[in-house]
Amino acid sequence: MAQAQLPVSGEFSAAGGHHPTAWKWYDYFTFNVDHKLIGIQYLVFSFVFYLVGGLMAVVMRTELYTPDADVIDPNLYNALLTNHGTIMIFGWVVPAAIGGFGNFLVPLMIGARDMAFPRLNALAFWLLPPAGLLLVGSFFFGGAQAGWTSYPPLSLITANTAQSMWCLSIILAGTSSILGSVNFIVTMVKMRVPSMPWDKMPLFCWAMMATSILALLSTPVLAIGLILLLFDINFGTSFFKPDAGGNVIIYQHLFWFYSHPAVYLMILPIFGIMSEVIPVHARKPIFGYKAIVGSSMVICFIGLFVWVHHMFTSGTPPWMRMFFTISTLIVAVPTGVKIFSWTATLWGGKIRYTSAMLFAIGLLIMFVVGGLSGVTLGTAPVDIHMHDTYYVVAHFHYVLFGGSVFGLYAGIYHWFPKMTGRMLNEPLGKVHFILTLIGANLTFLPMHVLGTQGMPRRVAMYDPQFTQINQICTIGAFILAFSVIPFLVNVIWSWGWGEKASGNPWRALTLEWTTDSPPMIENWHRLPVLTHGPYDYGLAGHAPSETTPSHV
Amino acid sequence: MTTAPTPPELAMPAASPVDDHAHHDFRLFGLLTFLVSESLMFGALFAVFLIFRAEFPAWPPEDTEVELLLPAINTVILVSSSFVIHYGDVAIKKGNVAGLQKWYGLTAVMGVIFLAGQAYEYATLGYGLTTNVFANCFYIMTGFHGLHVFVGILLILGVIWRSRLPGHYTAAKHTGVAMAEIYWHFVDIIWIVLFVLIYVLAFLN
Repeated sequence: MAQAQLPVSGEFSAAGGHHPTAWKWYDYFTFNVDHKLIGIQYLVFSFVFYLVGGLMAVVMRTELYTPDADVIDPNLYNALLTNHGTIMIFGWVVPAAIGGFGNFLVPLMIGARDMAFPRLNALAFWLLPPAGLLLVGSFFFGGAQAGWTSYPPLSLITANTAQSMWCLSIILAGTSSILGSVNFIVTMVKMRVPSMPWDKMPLFCWAMMATSILALLSTPVLAIGLILLLFDINFGTSFFKPDAGGNVIIYQHLFWFYSHPAVYLMILPIFGIMSEVIPVHARKPIFGYKAIVGSSMVICFIGLFVWVHHMFTSGTPPWMRMFFTISTLIVAVPTGVKIFSWTATLWGGKIRYTSAMLFAIGLLIMFVVGGLSGVTLGTAPVDIHMHDTYYVVAHFHYVLFGGSVFGLYAGIYHWFPKMTGRMLNEPLGKVHFILTLIGANLTFLPMHVLGTQGMPRRVAMYDPQFTQINQICTIGAFILAFSVIPFLVNVIWSWGWGEKASGNPWRALTLEWTTDSPPMIENWHRLPVLTHGPYDYGLAGHAPSETTPSHV
Repeated sequence: MTTAPTPPELAMPAASPVDDHAHHDFRLFGLLTFLVSESLMFGALFAVFLIFRAEFPAWPPEDTEVELLLPAINTVILVSSSFVIHYGDVAIKKGNVAGLQKWYGLTAVMGVIFLAGQAYEYATLGYGLTTNVFANCFYIMTGFHGLHVFVGILLILGVIWRSRLPGHYTAAKHTGVAMAEIYWHFVDIIWIVLFVLIYVLAFLN
């Protein structure tokens, strides 16, 4: 074996011998280096923050039920909208998709016993709780109020202490993200089982590869932007103070150089989840494996050159508008390739309408809506009209809620048996799906109308002509909030008392299903050997309902 | 997806012929990956500097000029230290721990001299962090780089400290030595770009 000849460091191999056979509940609150435990730590941590961010949204939607600011103080509303966005991105989708599913699945899918740097992995997770505490704690100082984008000069003149805490929190989360990316890249390049060539690596891993490269290249630029902002707020520099020779547009460039790729950080892992869930539950090989791999890499590359489409109204010169409109339209193509591939995978499959599959199909529909509004917004002439209206809010909630959150739910329903050794309750899962689908569309679909009629985003008050549509949105938000209850009941009940899961309850072909549920520490007694591709469902002349190995 | 039909008895992944619980050492590759990220951090600072340079009528503006002699001496010291540290690497590859300690020790001393020179420059320039946007850029960029030099010195001292244990580094096993060296070269390369941007370009105007 080629791997056996690689240098072995003494300090790492010494740790190999004395593992317990299983982790106890309190191990989940410690600095533990097992990638599966860290993955679950990320998922539970981020779900708690999802609930916090969701609660903020409910308070905001309650405020918006009437045109006047009669429920909460408008300054508090500003703090809520800032932290709702920040928490949902840096506290929920990024840590859940990359940290949670990435850590749990990547080593299992490539046949490794752990990540390349287990202690670095644990460190990356433990940077997040202080980041979360800083955000929550900032409310004692008024809360950051400049929006999740924190554009100066607004971020320089509102709630300085809270804004500084916000910056530190994001720098911590960003450091965590960079360390995690280094780990993922090294793990996937160096630690695949020898029988797994690149073109047999599961698509989720390919998505994580693209995600990690993107995070590695873009996060440091945001870190610099925030460090300079911190210096402007606290140490008297004037990078972003126009009256002292500074330039606010530079901040926008630094911010969006990260934060546009960040939308791919939040959706590429979800695309990976889609590419795993759909073939398993459609009992068909994935359509266009290489096209999906290629499109992930193309998104990763072109995604680095579209950021100015967030700045079309920032006095951007016409040549820049032209360039970034074109690059934005181009980046929609690889995404379309994926949508096409999943649809073609479903076509003619023997679809099992499990909760995981329902969320995956829901994602497919919702994401197309969000993608289309994204193409309209990426075009400079439309964007200049729609900028900072509810049309933008509608767009990014369709891709982030209809895309990322639906995908995270699909992933949880799909891999919960592997993570916990228990099945989730299917009827409750379907109730959850239907409530989520209705709630999401009722909340976000009418926002398109509000936006085209010119209702500005990020304001606690609005013109009375928008009242009716806002009330529909608020009712939708309440349904969405309520939809979490069957999910929470399901997870808590099933984790403790659910039906026991076998090693491979979905009869899937990727490597994580070849070990126990939950997997033992170090994943396998003996490492598996790859004898078939990850999506070879029904290839040996079997009916689509079977996997090639008849006994799987 | 051209997999041949798999006989059912082979389909369940069988046990690997070599079972290997050992944790391999991928730290060098990990460090290189991390340095890609680090260079983007400096890249962002360089970009900020160049945008301001293009915007201002005079860059550096009047009264915040930079001097060239001391930074040039500092540059020579730092660039030479990259060769000095390499002799330490050559020494350990021959199993010569004393040589490693000598050359790495000399590198650390050169690093400290560089930082001292930097501190002297800060003290004698006559303007501070908040004077104007150029001064902002100057102090943040050189300070951020100085922080990296400081971390590099700590890494080198860590290598020297660990090398006291007999057999900790050998001709065959010295990843930690190589990592400190690579990091030092990285800090050095960043300085060369910084030196050109801040000092050389100022005198080309």
